[in-house]
Amino acid sequence: MNQYDAIVIGAGHNGLTNGAYLAKAGLKVAVLERNPYIGGATVSRELHKGWYYSNCSYVSSLLRPEITRDLELPRHGLQVVPFGGGATFMRNGDHFGNYADHDRHYREIARHSKRDANAYDRYSADTSLQTKLIRPYLMRTPPDPTSLKPRDLRDLLEFAQSFMALGEEKLLDTIKFWTASVGDYLNEYFETDVIKAHMAGSGIIGTALGVYSPGTAYVLLHHYMGDVDGNVGAWGFARGGMGAIAEALSKAFMSFGGEIICDANVDKIIVKNGKAVGVALKDGTEYRAPIVVSNLDPKRTFLDITDPKDLPTDVVRKAENFKIRGSSGKLNIALDGLPVFNGLDPRNRLMAGDLHFSDSLERQERAYDDWKAGTWSKDPYLDMMIPSLTDPTMAPPGKHMMSVFVQYAPPKVEGKDWTDEDKDGFEKSVIDQISNYSPNFRDLILHCETRTPREIEAEVGLTEGNIFMGELTFDQLLFNRPFPGYAQYRSPIKGMYMCSSGTHPGGGVMAAPGANAAREILRDLKRPNTVPGGYADD
Amino acid sequence: MSTVSRDTMMLTTPFHSRVEAMCDLNDWGNWMGYTTPNAYFDVELEYFAVRSTTGVFDLSPMNKYRISGPDASRYMDRLVTRDVSKIGIDRVGYAIWCNDAGQVLDDGTIFRFAENEFRLCSYQRADDWLAWNTLGFDVSVENVSESIAALAVQGPTSCTILTLLGCENLNQLKPFGMAHYTFEGHPLMVSRTGFTGDLGYEVWVPPETAEALWDRLFELGHEYLIKPFGSHALELARIEAGFLQAHVDFLPAEDVVRVGRTRSPFELGLGWLVHFSKPLFNGRSALLKEQEQGSRYRFALLDVAGNKPAEHSFIMKDGKVVGTVTSAAWCPTAKSNLAYAQIEMPHGAVGDELVAEIYYQRELHWTQLYAPCKVIDGPIFQPARRRQTPAPPQ
Repeated sequence: MNQYDAIVIGAGHNGLTNGAYLAKAGLKVAVLERNPYIGGATVSRELHKGWYYSNCSYVSSLLRPEITRDLELPRHGLQVVPFGGGATFMRNGDHFGNYADHDRHYREIARHSKRDANAYDRYSADTSLQTKLIRPYLMRTPPDPTSLKPRDLRDLLEFAQSFMALGEEKLLDTIKFWTASVGDYLNEYFETDVIKAHMAGSGIIGTALGVYSPGTAYVLLHHYMGDVDGNVGAWGFARGGMGAIAEALSKAFMSFGGEIICDANVDKIIVKNGKAVGVALKDGTEYRAPIVVSNLDPKRTFLDITDPKDLPTDVVRKAENFKIRGSSGKLNIALDGLPVFNGLDPRNRLMAGDLHFSDSLERQERAYDDWKAGTWSKDPYLDMMIPSLTDPTMAPPGKHMMSVFVQYAPPKVEGKDWTDEDKDGFEKSVIDQISNYSPNFRDLILHCETRTPREIEAEVGLTEGNIFMGELTFDQLLFNRPFPGYAQYRSPIKGMYMCSSGTHPGGGVMAAPGANAAREILRDLKRPNTVPGGYADD
Repeated sequence: MSTVSRDTMMLTTPFHSRVEAMCDLNDWGNWMGYTTPNAYFDVELEYFAVRSTTGVFDLSPMNKYRISGPDASRYMDRLVTRDVSKIGIDRVGYAIWCNDAGQVLDDGTIFRFAENEFRLCSYQRADDWLAWNTLGFDVSVENVSESIAALAVQGPTSCTILTLLGCENLNQLKPFGMAHYTFEGHPLMVSRTGFTGDLGYEVWVPPETAEALWDRLFELGHEYLIKPFGSHALELARIEAGFLQAHVDFLPAEDVVRVGRTRSPFELGLGWLVHFSKPLFNGRSALLKEQEQGSRYRFALLDVAGNKPAEHSFIMKDGKVVGTVTSAAWCPTAKSNLAYAQIEMPHGAVGDELVAEIYYQRELHWTQLYAPCKVIDGPIFQPARRRQTPAPPQ
């Protein structure tokens, strides 16, 4: 029997979360996954024997603690281990290190500029204010500003009140923050190139914008608003790789009776009389349910697996115009040992964190210039991690796994599809850059998986390889995500919903969209809510 | 290759070898990233050295800025709320500085060496704010924190000991005065300042003479019962003396994240440091407005009944919470139970009678206590020797 109460398309972390909450409410739920394995972009894959690659998402901070606790993910095997450290290696042979201890961090910044070291406290306080504003809305459905429903009016009023309570100056600062570029924002605090460049990375990761593009200051916030055990802004590794998150979510889902069906490639959502009634796979199999939830990005949801004829034209147009530009690629590398960068002892604690080589905003902006010209960056911005320094399960003892997030990589190369030669050129630009700072790096490479936007789109199903399923700019956030009028997880088709990172509060392994969507579905079904509320920030 | 380098340890001051040798308790704290002693041998006895003999405190981690240049005087006047022209050469003034919203960024002391040469000592690091303030001024601001070592030498016999060290006529130095000497061929400056509310001095030297200074002081001071004291004893002494501590009694405005948690000078009882006679200083218009429209809070010194310190207490009036305590201690010399509180207006005027909700624990048993308290107009501890010139010999 292929009859269910609800079908969720895509076994990524949001699809599994959504399915878990629907199943917890007593629904008979199936999550359909096109790949033979679950996880979507939240996976660990053994692509070289003995090495596990978190070959898409690679670090965890945003995963909502309310969900982790409520779905008992630790009992289902999830352990998130925070990492410290991080460094930007400079062209002059020096580096800027990131230290968790405030005084140690002060000294490191002061080594480059005392003034910047002092200004860091002001920067931290101002940025914390912004995270405090956004965090209460992560586990909530965004209010519709055009609606007159009591619930929307109440939520909007609360939203407005929290902003008005800031007072005039901080309110203006906030408006500026939400629209500023990360470069301009950092320039208000710091004078030193490497310090600005180290921090600016969070403003461009996953975004087809440069450090001087308006809107990137918010992207920085998006990377700061998570937490590990209440430490806001901290990041960690899921033990066993990011796939451990999907594994734990799937076990939670199945503990409520949910069913996961792999190798189930959905062709179309079946719509009858304006209502979703099920899905048809490419192989012709049909699954029936009065509730169909898409965990695909908004473009795939409305332009691929839905027949545009079943949709209002303006929704088709909004989906067509949705901004989901590919900007990044990834190298996953098995290493025979630890590379040495700029002479830094590879056992130094800094090595356990995020490592970079762009030591100025100018270099980062130039890297973006290449993207605009339609090619990968010749001097790319890298967000490089060696998770095997924190998690012993990722590689054999003494060996290491390296995850290299690369920006920028365009969705098409000078307007044409990526070729294998392009991919080799992209890979070379990354390996060359790392080798410039590490003489022994090249010789340590045992295996390398290179993913351009082409592979990310083809293998994971992210349109253009955009990791956030749509850019995180203000025109596509809150009640604008994915489009105005459709930010409350409902599609224009009755019974059809969205739960992906393309909905509020956006991308990253957060699971909040999946949970928020489940709450709205249960509301429509007039079932008791199973989704926890957000923890109150103090 | 070692995996842990000494570089990751905390910094030490120029006196550290001597401090470490005397720190019997091996009880260390972190002050501005420096390893500093919480206590040397007995907090109470260290405190009493300050009050009845002489205590020595290493204040080298204090932030020190040299401000000089043709516009230095004008620069200082724009920076701080008080009228800097009233601070004479070789004089020291306590000062606070505010942001444009009239909220306190920090407090500190201004040492005036010449018409246009100052040293600013601040609790917070101020490099960023001081640099922003230089725009438009012909002034140079230099962080000299690491090039000046300093000791607080505080207590009734402190003048005698420093005189033996070679500080001639030190007893003639008035409170907040500075005097210049040499020590082993290096400049040594003494200011009659401190954070204990007692007769006392602060001694400023280049770091290379620090160890010799310490050795000589303890050698000469032996008969005058000189003792080192750590941060815990200092905390007791400063509360008894009525001094505010940044990050304890107020938060520097630029470190504050939550709305409404900053404080104005008026709300900290520091209105006397705001001189509206100056045409321009940071925060002036906001403070003028506050003066007209009223403040949100009042800083109150509370004389609390009983002997249980009102640490972290809620302050009530007619059963309603009207404030909270920021600092509290049983004061051993004044024999009073003092608390500093931030009280919501209009409560907290001198003479106002309030109640402190005190919790204390004895052997895992918690007791809740409602202690009556009264707002007083100044600390009870006010020894004459603090202000006497010439300084009394004992």
